[in-house]
Amino acid sequence: MCLSIPSKVIAIDENNYATVETLGVKRGVTLDLIPEKVEVGEYVLIHVGFAMEKIDTKAALESIEVYKQIAKQMEEGDISELEGDMGLEDLRGKNGSN
Amino acid sequence: MDLINDFRDKDLIFSLSNLIQKKSKKPLNIMEICGGHTHSIMKFGIHKLVGKNINFIHGPGCPVCVMPRSKIDAAIKLASMDNVIFTTLADMLRVPGSTSTLQKARSQGHDIRALYSPLDVIQIAKDNPDKKVIFFAIGFETTTPMTAVVVEKAIELGLKNLFFHINHVTVPAPVRALMNDENVKIDAFLGPSHVSVITGSKIYESIANDYKKPIAISGFEPVDILDGILNLVEQGENETYKVYNQYKRAVKLEGNLKAKELIDKYFKICDFEFRGLGNIPNGGVDLKDKYSYLNAKFVFDCNVESKKESKACICGEILKGRAKPYDCKIFSKVCNPQNPIGSCMVSSEGACAAYYKYAKENV
Amino acid sequence: MKNILLSHGGGGEEMNELINELIFKYFDNEILKETNDSAILKIDGEIAFSTDSYVVTPIFFSGGDIGKISVCGTINDLCMVGAKPLYLSVGFIIEEGLSFDEFEKILSSMSKIAKENDVKIVCGDTKVVPKGKCDKIFINTSGIGKIIHKIETKNIKNRAKILISGDIARHGSVIVAARDEINLESDLKSDCRSLKDIVMALFENNIYPQAMRDATRGGLSAVLNEWANFNKIEILLNEESIKVQDEVMGICELLGFEPYDLANEGTFVLAIDEKDSKKALEILKNFNENASIIGEVISDKNSRVILKNPYGVKRFLEYPKGELLPRIC
Repeated sequence: MCLSIPSKVIAIDENNYATVETLGVKRGVTLDLIPEKVEVGEYVLIHVGFAMEKIDTKAALESIEVYKQIAKQMEEGDISELEGDMGLEDLRGKNGSN
Repeated sequence: MDLINDFRDKDLIFSLSNLIQKKSKKPLNIMEICGGHTHSIMKFGIHKLVGKNINFIHGPGCPVCVMPRSKIDAAIKLASMDNVIFTTLADMLRVPGSTSTLQKARSQGHDIRALYSPLDVIQIAKDNPDKKVIFFAIGFETTTPMTAVVVEKAIELGLKNLFFHINHVTVPAPVRALMNDENVKIDAFLGPSHVSVITGSKIYESIANDYKKPIAISGFEPVDILDGILNLVEQGENETYKVYNQYKRAVKLEGNLKAKELIDKYFKICDFEFRGLGNIPNGGVDLKDKYSYLNAKFVFDCNVESKKESKACICGEILKGRAKPYDCKIFSKVCNPQNPIGSCMVSSEGACAAYYKYAKENV
Repeated sequence: MKNILLSHGGGGEEMNELINELIFKYFDNEILKETNDSAILKIDGEIAFSTDSYVVTPIFFSGGDIGKISVCGTINDLCMVGAKPLYLSVGFIIEEGLSFDEFEKILSSMSKIAKENDVKIVCGDTKVVPKGKCDKIFINTSGIGKIIHKIETKNIKNRAKILISGDIARHGSVIVAARDEINLESDLKSDCRSLKDIVMALFENNIYPQAMRDATRGGLSAVLNEWANFNKIEILLNEESIKVQDEVMGICELLGFEPYDLANEGTFVLAIDEKDSKKALEILKNFNENASIIGEVISDKNSRVILKNPYGVKRFLEYPKGELLPRIC
């Protein structure tokens, strides 16, 4: 449910209406539903013509980093050691698990 | 970085897939609540990347699929009135009521418009002051605040010709209804991505605690889903039942407060009849009483005689995880996306439609 | 601004004026000028004959217009059976109120494509209908071509390689993005083009595909499913080798579409004997570097198309279903 796509904000007008870009495709969306101020260059999630939330790109990059580490360790075959010593939960901790 | 392809990376997917298979030691029935997840799982073939122990149960989280015949019949009745422009989101057009669909009603000459954004209805109402414009709103918590914005704008602008037929539904109520059914075999939940963006991750804590089932809120991309599943596998092995927020880049503990305020301002909780599941207390929302003058259910006569659901259809069983689409006698032969009989076939998000599209039989 | 009126389709003086002063200006050739009730043609040997109607909205879009499509479309249909396109007929159904400027632009692009492809427009018809009875302009073209090397769908063999002449879904994406209610902006251009030069280049190099089909409405999925059903063959595709431009992916992601279901107007699918496939690819790449070998026929038993994704998981590639409606959920 709820098709929603990350898009980069490339312009914002005085009516809080933004132009956003997804893989080279631009469209207009209203920022009315986002509680905080949105800046050009930030990423938002788009659903039916609305930006519904900002995307925390730092969190996104951090999680990708965690996955890359997992991939690297899987490749090097030391994942079992990892399980024993620090465990994935710890790795994940950086990304913040509840 | 586009935040789309980053989470479809092949190497990351393979390593997570391997890790899941390595760690998964016992059978685990995971219900993905959301139809978006069902769609992604089938499209990217995630069910084939997680090993034999993991069995996906496709949940009730498709707003189009859960729409009962009576609502479609009411929609067609409203759309067939004179001097009316009937608007809804495109997905609704194909959904069958007792005898017809909105698409067929449109072909009979009724002015039925599929909107890409609910906001477009404001302009339609402004442009057609001598017509009654009806917005038939659908969707889970993700889409409810967008309708609230439209209601607010309609009030601000004093539009006298715009009416709302609200059919928004909520996630926790059907999940609880399923879990209260003792025949349901669910060990863990994959929590919705974009519903949770609005509601926040906190609403799942009581579900996790009450039923002692782990929940991983995850994004829609394959890497997200695999990470969510990995967590559920780990929790299953450790017998914990925490809420894991994998989709932290967009989901906060409390969700989108502004959106939630708007929902509270205009809507009240009500019961909702879910196609395939029956009446679910507190399963939906409707306009608050003071906005009844905008509520199409009060302004117009929406009474209709609806036919009962097909007896051959086993959508209810599929939604409870007791059957797969393949198990249904009418799957793909009688019931298919052109002629959907049951709720799970009506939208591309439904379990049966996803199976039909991507895996009519095991490849 | 001068507009086309109902009287321009009335068969009288105004109509004569429209035909003589505007249409003949662009579609000028001896056969047409004879103004007989039918064009009289002389062709030796086997001929190919095809027809198609064009009802695109908007009529002018990024990378083409309804005129260009209507000529390219019939040229391409003729080329796909191995014919060299020679003659076209054109039928216009015009909604009153269409401006002369717009009509002239359409005629001009039709004439340009016809000339470039050495095709003559030899007969035609014009009707004007009241406002609301059609959407600006509908065009039908029919065409005749001389068979150079007959190519038929029924000839696809087991183990044939499946090739595509370029990246997919550009035309469909451009059109859907331009719809008023969707209104997406991008630099994307329709792939609308004549395929004659490409097909002739293949023939000149002694490459004769088992089958060819331009992947118009219904896109790649429709063509391959038709082939699979008609020949009772199983086709396996490698998703990674099917090129899709970023903007097309963006439009698909935003609206919940799959690029395989969207139309192309100058991209075609080929079934080619394995030994010729590399050479064919080289030639195709001269015209579009995104051409590629996307799969092969793996059995002559099941009628189905299977797509193997980058993660090695297989799924069915189904026929596109129903009206293309944007998904919200």
